[in-house]
Amino acid sequence: MEIWRLPISASQRGKLISAGYTSLSSLSSISSSDLARELKVSESEAMNILNVASHSRGPETSNASCSIVEGAQSAWDMLHDEESLMHITTSSADLDNILGGGIHCKEVTEIGWSSLSLIVNSVLKYKLTTAFGSESIIFMLIGGVPGIGKTQLGIQIAVNVQIPNDFGGLGGKAVYIDTEGSFMVERAFQIAEACIEDMSEYNRFLRKDFQECKIKMQPQDILENIFYFRICSYTEQIALINYLDKFLSAHKDVKVIVVDSVTFHFRQDFDDMALRTRVLSGMALKLMNLAKRFSLAVVLLNQVTTKHTEASLQLALALGDSWSHTCTNRIVLYWNGNERYAYIDKSPSLRSASAAYSVTARGIRNSSSSCKRIKMM
Amino acid sequence: MANKLISEIPLPKSIANVFSARNISTAKDALSLTEFELMDLLDVGLTEVRSALSQISEIVAPPYQTALSLMEQRFQNEHLGGHFPTGLKGLDAALCGGIPFGVLTELVGPAGIGKTQFCLKLSLLASLPTNYGGLDGRVIYIDVESKFSSRRLLEIGLRSFPEIFQMKEMAQEMAGRILVLRPTSLAEFTQSLEQIKVSLLQNQVKMLVIDSMAALVSGEHEQGARRQQTLSWHISFIKSLAEFSRIPVVVTNQVRSRNHDDASRYSFQVQSRDGATETPMQYDSHLVAALGIQWAHAVTTRLVLEAKSGISLLSDDGKEVMGPEINAIHCQVTGTCVAMAKNAGHNEIINFGIEGLH
Repeated sequence: MEIWRLPISASQRGKLISAGYTSLSSLSSISSSDLARELKVSESEAMNILNVASHSRGPETSNASCSIVEGAQSAWDMLHDEESLMHITTSSADLDNILGGGIHCKEVTEIGWSSLSLIVNSVLKYKLTTAFGSESIIFMLIGGVPGIGKTQLGIQIAVNVQIPNDFGGLGGKAVYIDTEGSFMVERAFQIAEACIEDMSEYNRFLRKDFQECKIKMQPQDILENIFYFRICSYTEQIALINYLDKFLSAHKDVKVIVVDSVTFHFRQDFDDMALRTRVLSGMALKLMNLAKRFSLAVVLLNQVTTKHTEASLQLALALGDSWSHTCTNRIVLYWNGNERYAYIDKSPSLRSASAAYSVTARGIRNSSSSCKRIKMM
Repeated sequence: MANKLISEIPLPKSIANVFSARNISTAKDALSLTEFELMDLLDVGLTEVRSALSQISEIVAPPYQTALSLMEQRFQNEHLGGHFPTGLKGLDAALCGGIPFGVLTELVGPAGIGKTQFCLKLSLLASLPTNYGGLDGRVIYIDVESKFSSRRLLEIGLRSFPEIFQMKEMAQEMAGRILVLRPTSLAEFTQSLEQIKVSLLQNQVKMLVIDSMAALVSGEHEQGARRQQTLSWHISFIKSLAEFSRIPVVVTNQVRSRNHDDASRYSFQVQSRDGATETPMQYDSHLVAALGIQWAHAVTTRLVLEAKSGISLLSDDGKEVMGPEINAIHCQVTGTCVAMAKNAGHNEIINFGIEGLH
């Protein structure tokens, strides 16, 4: 490792290099007082530099025995980790069985798909939330034309993540970041109500013995567990995502972050496209970090725009090509005739496929034939 | 909060001085840079930059509210829980009680369908005292197409609320509350929007109507990137106007006809159509809302008005539905159809006959 990669200030770096210290190893055996004299800096500053240097060298030497490359994890270990995570998140025996089969084998991929389609269909919402469980980190981007139901899906996910463990849910809380001002509390209330109704229905269905596990949840409780942030500029968006780190440490039970929509401010006030790309990818990285650290799902909603390709206009998700690379999974919502469809456009583990859904008073449901499209894009 | 000055944020003195020395004066400047760029620029170490950034972020990030407190607040502070009833039962039910406060509601429909009439009626309603179902406040009506008719307005008032409008001074007061602006160019429109922002809160303005958005923008610009740019400023501005004054904003929009449907497809759909895996849908010529997709994203609720006979906006499905048909999924069921019996006579429009089809 070389000096220029050390996280120290530019002037300190300059001094080190001009004094002939170009690699970390050259710093390994020098004392702080010598260094201070050579660089003409104070003793404490030199100490600081050495600390940083030994810190960034540290893991390489200490962990050398267990991993060949610093910070790497073997695929086998990852599999193991994911399995143990699942045991935490699902307490349903059925599901544990299925997931115990191993994540890379064919069945599980299928489950991955069907559970994802359930995010969209979500008639069996109980299984829906286990979709989040089965892949503890889903970094997902959902895009679609206006009126297709992106916000509805966002609200639905924020509600569904709270389905208690007894019903195969996560029993977590949700962070809802609203950049457009389109979050409707009344709508969230309706969806929460329907969700509770469905749970009691399910309860009656599955446990004929009416006694235990009565639903104590009220729609108010569900609403109380949705942390709503209203963002008015892209600066606030960046700031909030920086701050979420702290917020989530205090609220460990948050299991999903919904951003509706990630695009809005970035499409309004940017002239400098290079800056936009830089800021966006920085934000995506931070979100991905959050998803990993707190093992939660991140759902980003995106807008669509029209794009010229081969002399014809087509729809494409906003924010351009470099942004498309940043998200792990990408779902596109679209109209097919009179039905709403969701299509997996990109995913490392799921095959691309599409499924119909509809938006009803009770939330997102399986497609029903009576849905009528108003063709007014 | 984005333009919060760094000097107002309680950072350690040394770091705060470095920020000001490098001319990074607002939170926006600081947060637009990456950590490493900042390290280079400020000439300090990573830990200092990180802690400064997290402090700035914490202050700039808006506070959260739970959805529950949001709802309670709405019901406490706002008339009818933040909805302005239109008096059309079916429509109100579909919209959870009426036109929502704080967001954009758009009326789209072909010429002559009654968009302006709808706006007139709404502004009249909003000016009424609360015990008549109004909002008891002023209405700002931006009349771009010069279609506002005060005679028509009073006529509607006289028919629907005779007890108020038969008294001359009451009629005068109600009509006096509706302030009409007639911008003739986009620049003028922009200017009046900025003025409105100042006066909204001071002057008890309870509703903003813009009739119509499309006329202004399409009148001045050609299609394409430039139009999108000017539009995007207006979109953000009107949205923020609605949000911070918490009033309903009603905007009308025109329709355009479109011949082919490719522009509403994704590339993967086009491919699969060639492969004939999905049934191709043929739309010969249909009407779409003007102003394009970016505008459509900004609209929170879109109400589509259509006539029972004549050009149909939805030629598919066979079943004819009278407008306004609601695509207000933000508020309620899709596919909810509300029928508005618009009789032939101009005068009858005030007597909306309402029945829910679904």
